[in-house]
Amino acid sequence: MGRIFAYITHKNGVADDSALELAMAARKIDPSASPTALITGWGSAIDAASASVASSYAEVWKISNEKLAYPNAELVRKALVQVVPAGSIVLVPHDHFGIDLGPGLSVRLNAAFVSDVLAVDATEGGFLRAVRQEFGGQVSAHVRCDLSSGAVITIRPGAFKVPAGATQNGTIVDKSAEIGALESGRRYIETIAAESGDVDITRHPILVSIGRGIQDKDNIAIAEELAVALGAAVSCSRPVVDAKWLPKSRQVGSSGQTVKPKVYLACGISGSFQHLAGIKGNPFIVAINKNPKAPIFQVADVGIVDDILEFLPEMTDKLKQVAVG
Amino acid sequence: MEILVCIKRVPDTSENELQLNTGGNDIERDDLVYSINEPDNYAVEEALQIVARTGGNVTVATVGGEDDEEVLRREMAMGAKQGVLLSDEAFNGSDGKGIATILKSYVEKNHYDLILTGVQADDGAAQVGGMLAALLDYPFASLVNSIEVVDGQKLRIGREIEGGNKEVNEIDLPCVLSIQTGINEPRYVGMKGIRQVASIEIPALSASDLGVAEATVGEAGAKVTRIDYFVPALGKGAEILQGGREENVEKVIELVKARGGVN
Repeated sequence: MGRIFAYITHKNGVADDSALELAMAARKIDPSASPTALITGWGSAIDAASASVASSYAEVWKISNEKLAYPNAELVRKALVQVVPAGSIVLVPHDHFGIDLGPGLSVRLNAAFVSDVLAVDATEGGFLRAVRQEFGGQVSAHVRCDLSSGAVITIRPGAFKVPAGATQNGTIVDKSAEIGALESGRRYIETIAAESGDVDITRHPILVSIGRGIQDKDNIAIAEELAVALGAAVSCSRPVVDAKWLPKSRQVGSSGQTVKPKVYLACGISGSFQHLAGIKGNPFIVAINKNPKAPIFQVADVGIVDDILEFLPEMTDKLKQVAVG
Repeated sequence: MEILVCIKRVPDTSENELQLNTGGNDIERDDLVYSINEPDNYAVEEALQIVARTGGNVTVATVGGEDDEEVLRREMAMGAKQGVLLSDEAFNGSDGKGIATILKSYVEKNHYDLILTGVQADDGAAQVGGMLAALLDYPFASLVNSIEVVDGQKLRIGREIEGGNKEVNEIDLPCVLSIQTGINEPRYVGMKGIRQVASIEIPALSASDLGVAEATVGEAGAKVTRIDYFVPALGKGAEILQGGREENVEKVIELVKARGGVN
């Protein structure tokens, strides 16, 4: 098996949590491996980030270049192809950057590509056996990957738990001189910050959160009435924002807001990992969904298999009766 | 602008409760409701809006069999000028790279300024667009949630990144973009629209028509294969309330009161 690399994403000189998770995944793929960190960037930011990951990796390959100051995946890919030896396994976090980088990198390295891996079962006879999910997380799958010409594998954030302790005194190897000129047909311009909305869902202790099961814009009122009766705010999952029924500022998830309520009522929400990634602080989750196979029931504390369009109004009525009584 | 949108017919997970088949090697596909992969539908709408501004045509292509023609027709009813079915037994069992290889051969026999895919399909891999771009040596961007045509040579695009922020890039044509849901509001397609395109011929192109080497696609070319499907026992799972609706409503109110307070 080839050498295992972990691509480290970092921001303002601080390595992402995925840096340690990828090291853990590498050990699952090959317990005897000493994975190498790959890091790209520029200036004091890359130096600080490299130094911090040297405590988790025996070797850190650093590619410092002014053009890599912002992680444009098109340029990062060109840089990596210059330094990664044929037959290597490259691990990348499955996030907005990994989705940009990974598939093309596998083609350039003539390596296999496995996306969004949650667990590694075994590596035997040059094949990796891994677990991923399909159909919006409703079903899991075992996949087999031929490692004979290497592989690029994107790893689901949070899937590989990191044990405390175990520090390395890693060596930083400067590979900056090996990459040559970097040009791309795609140029980073700027980052536009998310607009803040009318309601700050990140500050509410109770969220009535609605998903695709709300079915129609006119039904949003059902959730709003319940929220008033509960003293809660209405948040939502991606399909509700896609349909323009609620503004982006109400979306919970990796591409929306991160919330920390005490109680989270997931109403007609299937529970994709991108949505769950936005729920922190271990709230009490009540899931109401027509589909008993919805992945949300695996993470909720309490579940009700029912139609939210009927269940929520009854809950509102009951609360009003209690208030009057 | 000539735009190709690569689309896929998938089981509609919002309409179906998926079950495994008895062999565990696939989901039970009888009685499933199929539809266009949702991000692909946004990609077609975006392509149609671009050609409405700049002129040109939208072509939709899929790799599959006869059953997959229905999604081509659906997108043609939206306004795509042409549908193309890339179909050959040798394509069965392709991994993402195999699908991208088939599409690459089609693109090379034609001329497109812009190629769109949905960000991901039913397998959640989010891979074909990025692979196709690399095989063609075109620039690529994923998770695209806005497109502005600057001129005939380049686009200004937004990418959805963490926390609702948008990363703005300039990208040269021709390029490949994977489109995120929510970029637009896809137009409604009625039965009438579908009837209007029912008689348009959809060419089916085989491996030899496309000049695809059979060893590079299908099972023969696949480095990644699915062994089986399973339903995981993740954690303890929720305590499912078994009472009637009224009883469940009262129970939920009680639980919420105990943990979050109710005014």
